[in-house]
Amino acid sequence: MVPLSAYVAVSAILFITGLLGVLIRRNFIIVLMSVEIMLNAANINLVAFSHYLESLAGQLTALFIIAIAAGEAAIGLAIIIVVFRGKISTNVDEMNVLKW
Amino acid sequence: MVAVFFAYFALVSIAAGVLTVSLKNPVHCGLALLALLMHVSGLFVLLNAEFLWAVQVIVYAGAILVLYLFVLMLLNLKADERYFHSSYLYFLGPAVGGACYVLVLLLRSPYGGVKGDVPAAAVLEHGDTYAVGIKMFSDHLLQFEIIGVFLLGAIIGAIVLAKTPKSIEDVTGKK
Repeated sequence: MVPLSAYVAVSAILFITGLLGVLIRRNFIIVLMSVEIMLNAANINLVAFSHYLESLAGQLTALFIIAIAAGEAAIGLAIIIVVFRGKISTNVDEMNVLKW
Repeated sequence: MVAVFFAYFALVSIAAGVLTVSLKNPVHCGLALLALLMHVSGLFVLLNAEFLWAVQVIVYAGAILVLYLFVLMLLNLKADERYFHSSYLYFLGPAVGGACYVLVLLLRSPYGGVKGDVPAAAVLEHGDTYAVGIKMFSDHLLQFEIIGVFLLGAIIGAIVLAKTPKSIEDVTGKK
């Protein structure tokens, strides 16, 4: 039997990896991928607690998180396309204006 | 046996996560993210969440990741020379230290809590999809509807943002 703390540890490592990716990568698309890693870490945590505490609320929350991740990916990639069309760069350090 | 599968899924998903944030070519990062998503879905199977496994494979690996790869191909990005932030070493040390500290705390803590009313045997009787469906459409119906409206708004927003704008002459009718 795998203990609950093992799942929580995997989730924590993945979350910190994603957070590090958000902080150190400069490509906007990779930053969005790191956000997906963080959302997946949260999902592992929710499903693990849902299994070990014998309740379905965690699985439902994980489903809603997946739906929100889909919306976030669609909007984020649309924003990337708009920025790339205007400025030919996906570097987050060069995106410093709201309008041009 | 479950422990072996857990070790495999956990180690590969962590390795794929590290590769996703550290590889140079954005397409390689996307494929590493695909490996991560598939192995996380394997963890869901170990936790008796077959419906979430299917949703993870269909929505995440099938839709979201294809969207990412599609945009990567559309933009035709080159790998940058300096693809990390210029002072990333300042982040790396505290992150590794913080991760080790959090891990020590997590592995020592005894998790307890109020047990719910759905033990694993009850879920396995009719299957996970049945249990999740009954729960979602009885207790969480409002959240379900809100998610539907949210996704509609996200679709409309994405279309409005990514549409090629008309030039001002076309809009006002001038030459």
